[in-house]
Amino acid sequence: MLSYLARRLLISIPTLILISVFVFTLQKMLPGDPVLALAGEDRDPETLDRLRELYNLNKPVWMQYLLWAKGVVQGDLGVSIRTGLPVSDMILSKLPVTIQLAVMSMIFAIVIGIPAGILSAVRKGTATDYAANVVALSGLSIPNFWLGIMLILLVSVKWQLLPASGYVPLTEDPVQSLRTMLMPAFVLGTGLAASLMRHTRSAMLGVMRQDYVRTARAKGLAERRVILRHAFRNALTPVVTLIALLFGELIAGAVLTEQIFTIPGFGKMVVDAVFSRDYAVVQAVVLVTAIGFILMNLVADAANVLLNPRLRLS
Amino acid sequence: MKLTQTVLLAALLSSSALAAQAQTLRIGLESDPDALDPDRSRTFVGRIVFTALCDKLIDVGADLSLIPQLATEWSFSEDGKALDMTLREGVVFHDGTPFDAAAVKANIERSKTLDDSVRKTELSSVESVEVLDATHVRLNLSAPDAPLLAQLADRAGIMLSPSSFDSDVAANPVCSGPFKFVSRVAQDKIELEKFGDYWNADAIKIDRVTYLPIPDSTVRLANLQSGDLDLINRLAATDAQTVENAGNLVFAKAEGLGYQGITFNIMNGAKADNPFGKDARLRDALSLSIDRAAINQVVFAGLNAPASQFVSTASPYFDPAFPVPARDIEKAKALIAEAGVSTPLELELQFPNRPESQQVVQMIQAMAAEAGINISLSAKEFATMLTDQKSGDFQASQVGWSGRIDPDGNITGFVSTGGGFNDGGYSNAEIDRILAEARAESDVEKRKALYHEANVILNEEQPLFYLYNEAWLYGVSDKVAGFTAYSDGMIRLENIELKQ
Repeated sequence: MLSYLARRLLISIPTLILISVFVFTLQKMLPGDPVLALAGEDRDPETLDRLRELYNLNKPVWMQYLLWAKGVVQGDLGVSIRTGLPVSDMILSKLPVTIQLAVMSMIFAIVIGIPAGILSAVRKGTATDYAANVVALSGLSIPNFWLGIMLILLVSVKWQLLPASGYVPLTEDPVQSLRTMLMPAFVLGTGLAASLMRHTRSAMLGVMRQDYVRTARAKGLAERRVILRHAFRNALTPVVTLIALLFGELIAGAVLTEQIFTIPGFGKMVVDAVFSRDYAVVQAVVLVTAIGFILMNLVADAANVLLNPRLRLS
Repeated sequence: MKLTQTVLLAALLSSSALAAQAQTLRIGLESDPDALDPDRSRTFVGRIVFTALCDKLIDVGADLSLIPQLATEWSFSEDGKALDMTLREGVVFHDGTPFDAAAVKANIERSKTLDDSVRKTELSSVESVEVLDATHVRLNLSAPDAPLLAQLADRAGIMLSPSSFDSDVAANPVCSGPFKFVSRVAQDKIELEKFGDYWNADAIKIDRVTYLPIPDSTVRLANLQSGDLDLINRLAATDAQTVENAGNLVFAKAEGLGYQGITFNIMNGAKADNPFGKDARLRDALSLSIDRAAINQVVFAGLNAPASQFVSTASPYFDPAFPVPARDIEKAKALIAEAGVSTPLELELQFPNRPESQQVVQMIQAMAAEAGINISLSAKEFATMLTDQKSGDFQASQVGWSGRIDPDGNITGFVSTGGGFNDGGYSNAEIDRILAEARAESDVEKRKALYHEANVILNEEQPLFYLYNEAWLYGVSDKVAGFTAYSDGMIRLENIELKQ
């Protein structure tokens, strides 16, 4: 198992290189001169040239990439041309925020999505099933930014229950930290819960038709035990894979949700970076996100192996 | 079990007002400032933070006059080539270093020599800085430079502690302002606390101030309404009524110095070859087809001001000889006929992809159509638009300027030959001469006369025309007392109090 995971990690290195080349090229294809964006209202030709020189922007693209890659290999992600701060510091300060948001959203998604999926599969064709489906469809269709603003207006402005936005680190004030994250995590979580519910439902429906479910019932097991232990455990494989993928998506940053609740996570950072053509920051975020995705996929594979003994043989 | 759950829930949901810290003023800004190093800073919001953090040599009063801050007196020499300044005594930087003439010299030299300093142009006339004694300093200039005083009232005049030059200034700026730097989390917040040894400490009545960048104006307002913020910058004009109607909020407004207008490509590459680039009468016709007051009413709830020239009515340099042109379709049609071109005329107009800009240009599109001008609109992301504009890939551009207190900063770069913002490539030797002369003149009345001459020519040739001056709109909690809105858009914290 360990050697399998190590092999998987090694294989992902070329993937990472490919991703970084791809993103670098795409960024360079974006119209808009970073130096002009950077100079803002203080642009005179001399300053622009000096800035170009300083950030290697006057060099050919392939050389810019190699200079960047060389830094990364040496552990230096470069300096943000917008804030003048080291990119690695920026990433490190955002990572806990993003992870906290991702974990809390995922908890919401799982707690809502999976039981709803099981319930609607077990009661297929009943009012419960239809209701769950309608709710799930709404969850998928309601835009996050709308739900976010509505929640702020209701919960914060009208009832004054939770802070409208902002972020407090978990280490500084855990209660306040949870309070600030509750709404954004809920907004993100409901969207994900919908797709989790749909996937759980279809996986469960597939499993419920299997012979071993009938056998379990024939043995006289309680329905509850049949569903949770025999059916659900086998239906989990696609659901776990989906959770891992969704989690990767969350790490990539919940752009709109973070903007609305002004949570200083990856999404907000990458948006600001793209608008100011802050190449080093975009590159770094993409790299970290890609690593996150790869790791989550590994975790999903490992989890599936643990869940499904048949997979252990191969 | 049940009890702990209830307690936990109650703790989680306890009113956000309770969690608010006393005596911390929380200000919502529209974006995150860039580097907090006065020599590297470029953003407008950055200047707002510097207002609390750093003193400048000169400050700006509510009437836009230049008033003492770190310098108590200043005067130009007879030939205008030396600026003598007397410095305030007993001032210390946040790290305890005393402020003196040597510090002024060190700061100006840093601004002029630092590799990536963006202050070099602003201080280009300064040849050397002479320390006369501890409290007197002389700036030797290569040529008379009246706008220099305004630069010294902005970031070029910010004094950093010279002993902090070797450290990472942006990460921990050490100035001499009323508040000192505590911490910053990018895209999240900037925290400052009161500096006890500030020379004017009596005027500072709050202990801490926190700046929070919140890009969405609806969300910024929601935070003010919920009590999570005490003051918000850039209130959307359409939300002003909401603030006025709320019992616990106060609406504040100051006339701005900036403008939004339309710049034409006159002589920058192949795209200048269009009827509007070639004939000033057509530009005038387009200008006359626009009802500026209607745009202001519809898009900005009447809170901005229709504009006619490069300075706003807030400026002492406003020229009453050039009032806002009224809409005159007949005259516009007559001008087009006089130019001898066939209608409908075609014009490409680019604009930044913001909702307000879009509404403005759509109104212009509809109004111009009545005069026989077909405008095709193209929305562009701001960085892209700037690049296209600079390289001449445009016919007309809806673009603006945040405004400077010295009139020179609002016009010279835009219309003088080879000016840094002259993207249309306009060039007129007479304009160049007048603006250079106005720049060298320090007598206000004489400068006004020169700018009047320039306005006469610019009004005729219209390399760009003006649509409206943006006002600074604020939403303020009624817990905040003593807030004054300034035309330069800065948030000054002197005399602000927080009631409980």
